[in-house]
Amino acid sequence: MEPLLSVRGLKTYFYLDEGTVKAVDGVDFDVFPGQIVGIVGESGCGKSVTIKSVLRLIQNPGRVVEGEILFRHQDEDGREKTIDLAQLDPHGKAIRSIRGAEIALIPQEPMASFSPVHTIGDQIMEAVLLHQDVSKEEARRISIERLHEVGMPNPEQRMKAYSWELSGGLRQRAMIAMSLACNPRLLIADEPTTAIDVTTQAQVLRLLLDLQEQHNMAVIFITHDLGVIAQIADFVVVMYLGRVMETGPVEDIFFHPQHPYTKALLESIPSIYAPAGERLPTIEGSIPHPFSRPSGCPFYPRCKAFMPGVCNTSTPQLKPINDRQAVSCFLYD
Amino acid sequence: MTQYIIKRLLLLPLLLFIFSVFAFFIIQAPPGDFVTSYIAELAASGSSMDQAQVEALREQYGLDQPMIVQYFRWVGGMLRGNFGVSLDWKRPIMELIKERLLLTVLLGAMTFIISWSLAIPIGIISATKKYSFIDYFFTVFNYMGVATPTFMTALILMWLAYSYFGVSVTGLFSPEYVDAPWSLARAMDLLKHLWLPALILALDGTARLARVMRANLLDELNKPYVEMARAKGMSEWRLVLKYPVHLAINPLVSTIGWYLPMLFSGSVIVATVLNLPTIGPLLLRSLTNQDMFLAGVIVLIYCFLAIIGTLISDVLLAWLDPRIRMEA
Amino acid sequence: MRDNPIPGSEPDAQDERFEDLTALSAGNQARIREEELEDTAAIHVAPNWKLTWWRFKKHRLALGSGLVVIFLALIVLFPGFFSTMDPQKSRAQQSFVPVQRVHFFDEGAFRPFVYGIVGKRNPETLRMEWRIDEEKKIPVRFFARGFEYDVLGLFATDIHLVGVKEGDIEEDPIYLLGTDRLGRDQWSRLMYGTRVSVTIGLISVFISVFLGVLLGGISGYFGGIPDLIIQRMIEILQSLPAIPIWMALTAAMPRDWSVEQTYFAITLILALIGWTTLGREVRGRFLVLREEDFVMAAKLSGASQKRIIFRHMVPTFYSHIIAAATLAVPVMIISETFLSFLGLGLRPPAISWGVLLQEAQNLQSVALAPWLLLPGVAVIITVLALNILGDGLRDAADPYSH
Repeated sequence: MEPLLSVRGLKTYFYLDEGTVKAVDGVDFDVFPGQIVGIVGESGCGKSVTIKSVLRLIQNPGRVVEGEILFRHQDEDGREKTIDLAQLDPHGKAIRSIRGAEIALIPQEPMASFSPVHTIGDQIMEAVLLHQDVSKEEARRISIERLHEVGMPNPEQRMKAYSWELSGGLRQRAMIAMSLACNPRLLIADEPTTAIDVTTQAQVLRLLLDLQEQHNMAVIFITHDLGVIAQIADFVVVMYLGRVMETGPVEDIFFHPQHPYTKALLESIPSIYAPAGERLPTIEGSIPHPFSRPSGCPFYPRCKAFMPGVCNTSTPQLKPINDRQAVSCFLYD
Repeated sequence: MTQYIIKRLLLLPLLLFIFSVFAFFIIQAPPGDFVTSYIAELAASGSSMDQAQVEALREQYGLDQPMIVQYFRWVGGMLRGNFGVSLDWKRPIMELIKERLLLTVLLGAMTFIISWSLAIPIGIISATKKYSFIDYFFTVFNYMGVATPTFMTALILMWLAYSYFGVSVTGLFSPEYVDAPWSLARAMDLLKHLWLPALILALDGTARLARVMRANLLDELNKPYVEMARAKGMSEWRLVLKYPVHLAINPLVSTIGWYLPMLFSGSVIVATVLNLPTIGPLLLRSLTNQDMFLAGVIVLIYCFLAIIGTLISDVLLAWLDPRIRMEA
Repeated sequence: MRDNPIPGSEPDAQDERFEDLTALSAGNQARIREEELEDTAAIHVAPNWKLTWWRFKKHRLALGSGLVVIFLALIVLFPGFFSTMDPQKSRAQQSFVPVQRVHFFDEGAFRPFVYGIVGKRNPETLRMEWRIDEEKKIPVRFFARGFEYDVLGLFATDIHLVGVKEGDIEEDPIYLLGTDRLGRDQWSRLMYGTRVSVTIGLISVFISVFLGVLLGGISGYFGGIPDLIIQRMIEILQSLPAIPIWMALTAAMPRDWSVEQTYFAITLILALIGWTTLGREVRGRFLVLREEDFVMAAKLSGASQKRIIFRHMVPTFYSHIIAAATLAVPVMIISETFLSFLGLGLRPPAISWGVLLQEAQNLQSVALAPWLLLPGVAVIITVLALNILGDGLRDAADPYSH
């Protein structure tokens, strides 16, 4: 099967007065139709910048400097054509016709991502009208239907509500309804559950899984929460400091982690089976400062398997180690 | 919404009361009263008054009564539409200020329209094209606008017009219309003269407003809802005008609260320099000639205009921003 | 912080948009660390003012404005030294003498001089008409002797920054900015006017700061009824139209008051209406600080109220007060200028920028002697410098406020 989205060697840099921040520095991954890909990593690892690069939402002083973002675009007649999003003008018509229509975003802060002075109905209808040639009445009907679909009680009345009048969970539901407005083929969820409490979080995840199944969408799910990844993802991409450390199906990542970073990350999850009184292992050190990235493998200063003269001199590339997993580490060279 | 406006309107009489006390205090503040200065004036011209005449005059104007009685007589008169008589002009105050008040409000409105219609586009362009040449250009313009006192602008323009074009840019009417009754021709003539003082007055406000607009918009442009609108596939200009500009204008509306009063009262100086027939120069003359009743009424009018300005800004803000509507 | 080329503009918050890049703000701190300090530990113990100064230093335009302000301060302190002639002395024969341009190089050598001027009365208009006499070069000297003045009331001297050969100033006067209607030297009058106008601004802001901090502090720290009363007071004062009120109050000053009396009355009148903005700001700060943990900690450890306010709370925002005060000075200066300009503020023989500009009220005089408008340029430069300086200070004091 051909991937829906294929990211190759993506590099996104931010050119600041103080220096260049290499927020994304060579990222590769694929998303297949109907698949849920989880991108996981600590804050600052470049996961949000990666997906914003895919949508070409990076603003000055940031720029997508290198790499391919191959997307299987489907035109109105249903014909498919692969286009490289990285080559498009970020303000141009071509990318705008893809954003929202074929690739939709669920942002991390539903509160701040709705305009507080426009009703949610207005904003959802706008999403419909931007990409579909329908009348206002029809757009309204579609919007209400979408709200109904995401489990919004009284959708017709809620059309007139402002985002700050809704609870956190309902607000995120409204946001999901807006993202689904045009039946996207790829949904990007950027930590959609960080801003809401745990019980609502579970409901929202359930809802996302249901919707994914109904619409048969591909989903990229970004989070720093390994627990959420285990619940939702089919395939996992582990990122650290702008680079992909390891990729693989969710079971393999959790049960047979290969990269020292993935291993360390999994070890630092508290377990109810751990003997009482035992200290939770943590990853030594902290994420380096963005201006002073280590040369070579970005993880070597904190790595238990650090090989002096190897890890700090050249950068490992992401290579498949079996038919499912790929790792970028010199241990597997 | 209506409740909100009513609440605001109920405050109006209270504020007016406080301001009327204040204005009365101003009337009473200079040592002596009008009769004293009248006597001095007479003495200067060589004639004099005997004590009985002086007393009669004092009695006529109620100047022999206690302060509080004088205050209530003054306020009571105004409530019945009797603003008193200007002792300097020997004419009813109402008659003196009627047309001037209209022109003051017209000048203020014109200034307001000019400054807003300049400031908002300037702010939008500066914010969206941050650190570009045009942004730097407007920044310099804004600093100059704030730093140049309006009367300096008026003086310089007057001087330039006079010495290079030989025209005098004073007044609001051509000579033939100064005392003419209102007609279409007179109104057109007014418009022909009004724009220059309005523009001079608008410069300062434009500069301030454009800075506020730029700063607000820069804040708003970085908010997640802008990114979300981009992610929906909206075009940049459309989304900027629909979302962040709308939100950035709201705090700007709250500046009307101080901007409108500043416009009316700020025009005093420019009006004096350009010799405009507004209430400003009248205030100056009444103050220098100790025509305190006239001065008091004018100060009170300025206070009233200031309250109206605040009221307008509050109502507009509630109308524009649903969050404020809710609170109220 | 990042170098901010536009004064008063907000620190670029773009990078903060991405959660993944929030580490950057820490990065900026670290950058200060790398650049400013060899010893990394110093940043952790640097007092607030030092941090503010580091940030301020990056703001080049504001730094330049700071130099202008320092120069102004020197004029304010030593107007006599910068003057060339007695500012009050009128010379009936020398009215409306134009600006005499200083030529710095004479035949290739640095020998500053001005050309002499000769006046002839126009028999028709009866006005003096001046023209440059290129035959006559009057050398300009530094630290020359001229009229006697006293320095800060301490001692008298007759040394001036520039002048001509001893005793010649009356014979061969140099008018750097021309003369006014009464033949008084505008340059020297401008120097003395600067002292008056700038100090009126400073003193009234000083009083405003005092009132603002006191009343705003009471309002914000204690809350309750005092807060309610002070808040209403501020609201009423702020809804008053300042300019007419200022005009009315200054007009109410008795005419027979001395120059000093009117001077102080004006500063007081300006301050009485001007303190409200500062008061509001201070109140807001107190309201926020009251909830802070370190204030609670100070309370719990038994610190007195006075100590909490002055040792714990005030030091966290005094840089804001300095910035706000700097921005308030130009407002006061402009206010004094227009009041005096309208004849309601200071009156001759006092000299202030407004008094000087009174001469420019008459269109005919200005057309004849455009240099009468030059004191206005002094006002503009001063206000500009103080505004840019104040903006720079504000940004440096609080880079995250926007």
